[in-house]
Amino acid sequence: MEFGNTISPEVNRKVHALHDAVSDARMSGVYECVPTYRSLLVAYDPMVVSYEELVSQVKCLETMLKAYVSERKERRVVIPVVYGGDYGPDLAQVSRYHSLSESDVVRIHSEREYLVYMIGFIAGFPYLGELADEIATPRLESPRIRVPEGSVGIAEKQTGIYPREAPGGWRIIGRTPLKLFDPSWQLPALLQPGDTVKFKQVSTDEFMRVRAEVSKGSYGTFTRE
Amino acid sequence: MNSSMKLFRVIKPGFFTTVQDLGRYGFLKYGVPISGAMDEFSLKLANMLVGNNLSGACLEITVLGPELEVLHDAQIAVAGGDILVRVNGQGAPMWQTVSVKRGDVLSLGKVHAVCRAYLAVRGGIDVPPVLGSWSTYVRCEMGGIHGRQLKVDDVIEGFDTAQPLDFCLSVQEDFVPRFSSEVNVSVVLGPQLESFTKKGVETFLSSPYAVTIEADRMGYRLEGPVIERGEQVATISEAILPGSVQVPPNGKPIMTMKDAQTTGGYPKIAIVISSDLPILGQLKPNDWIRFQEIPLAEAHRRLCEYNEKIRVVESKLLRRSWSDL
Repeated sequence: MEFGNTISPEVNRKVHALHDAVSDARMSGVYECVPTYRSLLVAYDPMVVSYEELVSQVKCLETMLKAYVSERKERRVVIPVVYGGDYGPDLAQVSRYHSLSESDVVRIHSEREYLVYMIGFIAGFPYLGELADEIATPRLESPRIRVPEGSVGIAEKQTGIYPREAPGGWRIIGRTPLKLFDPSWQLPALLQPGDTVKFKQVSTDEFMRVRAEVSKGSYGTFTRE
Repeated sequence: MNSSMKLFRVIKPGFFTTVQDLGRYGFLKYGVPISGAMDEFSLKLANMLVGNNLSGACLEITVLGPELEVLHDAQIAVAGGDILVRVNGQGAPMWQTVSVKRGDVLSLGKVHAVCRAYLAVRGGIDVPPVLGSWSTYVRCEMGGIHGRQLKVDDVIEGFDTAQPLDFCLSVQEDFVPRFSSEVNVSVVLGPQLESFTKKGVETFLSSPYAVTIEADRMGYRLEGPVIERGEQVATISEAILPGSVQVPPNGKPIMTMKDAQTTGGYPKIAIVISSDLPILGQLKPNDWIRFQEIPLAEAHRRLCEYNEKIRVVESKLLRRSWSDL
């Protein structure tokens, strides 16, 4: 199912609403339902439900979407971040690119609320948007072989967080001590598609404290429903 | 509580041996790929030969098999690409239940013609399930034996819940799949067909494509005639399933396989039908693929046929008593 051909929070919210509707409907034969920027993948077993039947059911749900958009429970998650220095090696370059000070970049990055458009790339990697134009920056020309776990990056008008060490071309401006993905959790990803995220600048000491709590499992994320 | 037993100690791990089952479903939206056996058909046959549920966890052998010290009497079966199976140096058959005893050395050779073979054990391999599956997803160190390929001295455990079979099962000769390194696979065109010119689609459907050296459980980069893309090309990332044929700007297709990234921004010209995925999962570098377009309804009919074939193979397994062997 497709909703236009642009990346925007408005379009993406419709996708999440349809995802919720399809998931709640628990249609037999549907085994994956994956929301992305402007489309929803509904994977089905044709031995259980026919294509025609599935399409008509999904279209029927689509006509009732308005209710889902407004009823959706908003989950807001605050992500503590140490910006710059060793934790954010590209912060200086991003600020030079836009002729801003580093603290301006940090302020602009952390003052907005972002929508989790989708999760992809590696398990638990959230694509967040949209980023303010003032700090939107192209990817690195040559990707890094290793981006450390927790790194917060910028790519064009998006920002994202590496849930584990991976190769990557996003410009890294900071790092969070939070764990984003753990298959032993009931919901394996900290962030769900459709959640709202805000970054909060913290000191290195705070980073260490939070990280210690996270590894003990005693850290309650600043999540409110 | 299921009890488990130590089955094998790894003497040599082989080229790339992992624990796989039928895959991990329902977590694609969290960026977790489906994983599971590249050649599901062979995995199911291996399982049925030891009387397991068809979704039991097996060892997926790639190119070169492992050498294992047997730590507990067991019944095993090997299915998939032709591979030399030896127990204490003596040849043992594929496509058949084989008994091994504590202290035996089970060694698996090189996979001929294709790429993968499956070793099933009566009761199934017992590793901690992750998100509902035993499959190994190496990139995120998930499932299987510590989320990775086998290493020397790993100990593989099995479920101790099944009684040994008191007969030997084998697949009827006619049902043993014939693998080839030149395959025709059927595809359903789309979903971004409008991103390609008519000529591009014709090129794709009329030319053979070779699997390049960049081929693994995530996917295959293919070499062949450039597929012409149109002026309006879709670029916004969306969810991808195994078997998708993506076309990047250079016009050379990339096939996604079981461990593929869950989202991607290249337009997809076609998706390989589910019932042809096992054939595709057996390919290796320098093998050839030709794509043939079929309508969706035909794809569904073939899936039905494929499922039926598995039922038939299972119902026609040959049963012999151990004393007759």
